[in-house]
Amino acid sequence: MDTGNARSPGKTAVDAGAARPVLEAPDIARVLTRIAHEIVERAKGADDVVLLGIPTRGVFLARRLAAKLADITGRPVPVGSLDITMYRDDLRLRPARALARTDIPGDGIDGRLVVLVDDVLFSGRTIRAALDALGDIGRPRAVQLAVLVDRGHRELPIRADYVGKNLPTSLRETVKVQLAEEDGRDTVLLGLQQPTGTQQAAAAGEQ
Amino acid sequence: MLRLPGTNPRTPGHLISAADLSRDETVLILDTAEEMARVADRPIKKLPTLRGRTVVNLFFEDSTRTRISFEAAAKRLSADVINFSAKGSSVSKGESLKDTALTLEAMGADAVVIRHGASGAPYRLATSGWIDGAVVNAGDGTHEHPTQALLDAFTLRRRLVGADAGLGHDLAGRRVTIVGDVLHSRVARSNVLLLHTLGAHVTLVAPPTLVPIGVERWPCEVSYDLDRVLPDSDAVMMLRVQRERMNAAFFPTEREYARRYGLDGDRMGRMPGHAVVMHPGPMNRGMEITAEVADSGRCTAVEQVANGVSIRMAVLYLLLGGNEPAVTHSLPRTEENTQP
Amino acid sequence: MSTILIRGAKILGGEAADVLIDGETIARVGTGIEAGDATVVEAAGQVLLPGLVDLHTHLREPGREDSETVLTGTKAAAVGGFTAVHAMANTFPVADTAGVVEQVWRLGRESGYCDVQPVGAVTVGLEGKNLAELGAMHESAARVRVFSDDGKCVDDAVIMRRALEYVKAFDGVVAQHAQEPRLTEGAQMNEGVVSAELGLGGWPAVAEESIIARDVLLAAHVGSRVHICHLSTAGSVELVRWAKSKGWQVTAEVTPHHLLLTDELVRSYNPVYKVNPPLRTEADVTALREALADGTIDCVATDHAPHPHEDKDCEWAAAAMGMVGLETALSVVQETMVETGLLDWAGVADRMSFRPALIGRLESHGRPVSAGEPANLTLVDPAYRGPVDPAGFASRSRNTPYEGRELPGRVTHTFLRGRATVVDGILA
Repeated sequence: MDTGNARSPGKTAVDAGAARPVLEAPDIARVLTRIAHEIVERAKGADDVVLLGIPTRGVFLARRLAAKLADITGRPVPVGSLDITMYRDDLRLRPARALARTDIPGDGIDGRLVVLVDDVLFSGRTIRAALDALGDIGRPRAVQLAVLVDRGHRELPIRADYVGKNLPTSLRETVKVQLAEEDGRDTVLLGLQQPTGTQQAAAAGEQ
Repeated sequence: MLRLPGTNPRTPGHLISAADLSRDETVLILDTAEEMARVADRPIKKLPTLRGRTVVNLFFEDSTRTRISFEAAAKRLSADVINFSAKGSSVSKGESLKDTALTLEAMGADAVVIRHGASGAPYRLATSGWIDGAVVNAGDGTHEHPTQALLDAFTLRRRLVGADAGLGHDLAGRRVTIVGDVLHSRVARSNVLLLHTLGAHVTLVAPPTLVPIGVERWPCEVSYDLDRVLPDSDAVMMLRVQRERMNAAFFPTEREYARRYGLDGDRMGRMPGHAVVMHPGPMNRGMEITAEVADSGRCTAVEQVANGVSIRMAVLYLLLGGNEPAVTHSLPRTEENTQP
Repeated sequence: MSTILIRGAKILGGEAADVLIDGETIARVGTGIEAGDATVVEAAGQVLLPGLVDLHTHLREPGREDSETVLTGTKAAAVGGFTAVHAMANTFPVADTAGVVEQVWRLGRESGYCDVQPVGAVTVGLEGKNLAELGAMHESAARVRVFSDDGKCVDDAVIMRRALEYVKAFDGVVAQHAQEPRLTEGAQMNEGVVSAELGLGGWPAVAEESIIARDVLLAAHVGSRVHICHLSTAGSVELVRWAKSKGWQVTAEVTPHHLLLTDELVRSYNPVYKVNPPLRTEADVTALREALADGTIDCVATDHAPHPHEDKDCEWAAAAMGMVGLETALSVVQETMVETGLLDWAGVADRMSFRPALIGRLESHGRPVSAGEPANLTLVDPAYRGPVDPAGFASRSRNTPYEGRELPGRVTHTFLRGRATVVDGILA
């Protein structure tokens, strides 16, 4: 949710031309494995972990993490999705958006360790919305955050517990995560904001 | 209703007629309602989405069911709800619509949900320039009731396709039979239009007296013979038939109506096994539907009520949840419009 | 007495000629008439018509002076090129006595803009039960010849028969508002494809046609004159055509709006299109135009029906029925009949002046443009084209369906018995 650029297919082609890959498929696989190990270590076996991905790409990352956790622990790890659209603080800046699926695993989140998973951590507003959404669903024992990329520029007092890659960026730069499930390939691209449609991109990347 | 690419509704930013909804918009509303339905299963059945927005339920006709459905929907989205019952007001009806609208405008209504006895009153409200907010038609005269058609389509999709399996899908190829007082039914008009948009095949069944002149241009078929249509129906929607119609010679007696066009257990038995019975309520048991059918597992009347809240949440969210539809206007304000 | 020279106008759209008005009458018609000390109206390119006559006007006075008065209504008539209008009887009180018709007639005389010929009610209070004092109204100063319950149908066949018979004694005519009441209970618009979609109560064509069928048969049976108000359907045209083919004394009128507008406009739910009889279909419009062209329909009548703003600024069902029409009638006829080649200007003079005057038995109106005739004249600039602007109406009401619509033709001058009531398009 937190990529900081527009995701329209038309723009992707332009971005891809101008943008520079900072993580490739093997890097992404490696950092996810590392994060999975960190979760097991910090959660002392990850018995009560529930992974909740934030649509769209956070959900795919959460599923991949869940698979890796299952490999490590030998037990299935509950994984779901948490749509934060209706909790956003910028709803009135754009036309109404289509909702994504919120899917809470059967046993719920009460008393569990919820690990929120997203692709890019930027302003922190998405995570703020996600925390509000969680509060309406149940009362976790604790909430942690795992992101593939932390690009800085926080606007709220929020930090990630697990970070795939810290990526210092300027506000003029864009970070785009592509995942095989959605985009046909795994990569993280660093590019420059397009001069045209800058406003739209900025609005889209507000969170 | 919304401004999706490729659509050209007569009343952008409002929901007046099912005819103004494209196939994609309708599917978006149904999909959104599916997400809204899940909120009902949570411990806290409330979303902060419309915090600070004001929704006015403007009801010129009594309809507690529809009003509380919209009220529940708006409240679950955290909107402020004002119920304005204009029935029994001392001013003449014509004056009260405009004056009431100006009052609501002054109160800062972001959306007006209107039920009115006169066909076209919501359209007037949306296009007259009297108010800026979004107008949602909650039933006007014998014209339309678009949210009822949406909740009926939602119920059908859940029953015939599946709640999750239905996401992104329409009702292509499904056969829906609508039975009863089509002439006076806003539910029938909206359903014919919406179900057609979703690719379903609609057949109207009624005595010829209760079918409007001009129906031949509707995107549906008309039959006078219920028994012939039943075996081919995936769903049968029974319309409420008012007993008073008998006095205007639309049909001879209640008994004759029930015999020819009512749905009883025998007739239900002739429907395919998967087919459902729908009713927008309130039911006239013994008239258009027998208790045996109404209380059977195939009758979706109670589900329809629950689904109504989800659909109305979806409509309110899509109209008010962003910046655009809520502030767009289908007509430019004219000098006359802006005069107090 | 003043003299006026109208120079170079095409008389009834034919040859250009000069017309000299001396006092209240036309003194000379010819070419190269010396102006002398006459006021000259240069009219090259314009069309000179006999002053228009409206068989069907609602002036609303007495009773609804908020929508129109005799004074404002006759001003509107003058602007529209009319020199005589028939004022319908559905006022408050109803024009069903000699006293009321005389009052309306006197107000018309005082206005000075247009002759007002009151129409008497057929039945007391327009209630369709007891005949009004038709003879007394005829013998009053108003000399009533046309009787109508317009707005309501004389639906009782016996009352209608008696009225038709009774007015024969003074060469009167009953003008029927053909609307079967039971078939139009709750009716809001033409019954058909559009009403089915909009969910508005249907007003079937047969409700009009069944009454017309009955009344032409009644008129034939008792040997009386019957006039059919505001014909609106193709079926009505067929019935009148059939009755005329039998030689029965049947005449009929059509309104300008039924020559131009269709029920498709109701899709806007804008009550400015709500009218009785309702706007019909394209096929009806075509049939009405053809019938007016071939003479089956005798004349155009405006059914000018003023309503205050609030009666139209509301939802459809609550709105009043009717449209103002005096100030746009000639333009609509030019648009629908002249520009389409269905009628020439002589035909317009016939349908909007000669024939309505004949039906109403008005002696000093609907006369030829020739020496010795009363100087009731209308000068039209047919080349003009412009949008209708209700803000400029002389009528007290603005409920026109043509707001902003571009229409041809403009009345530049109207003369009532030699006095200019309109000069250069402006009330004198």
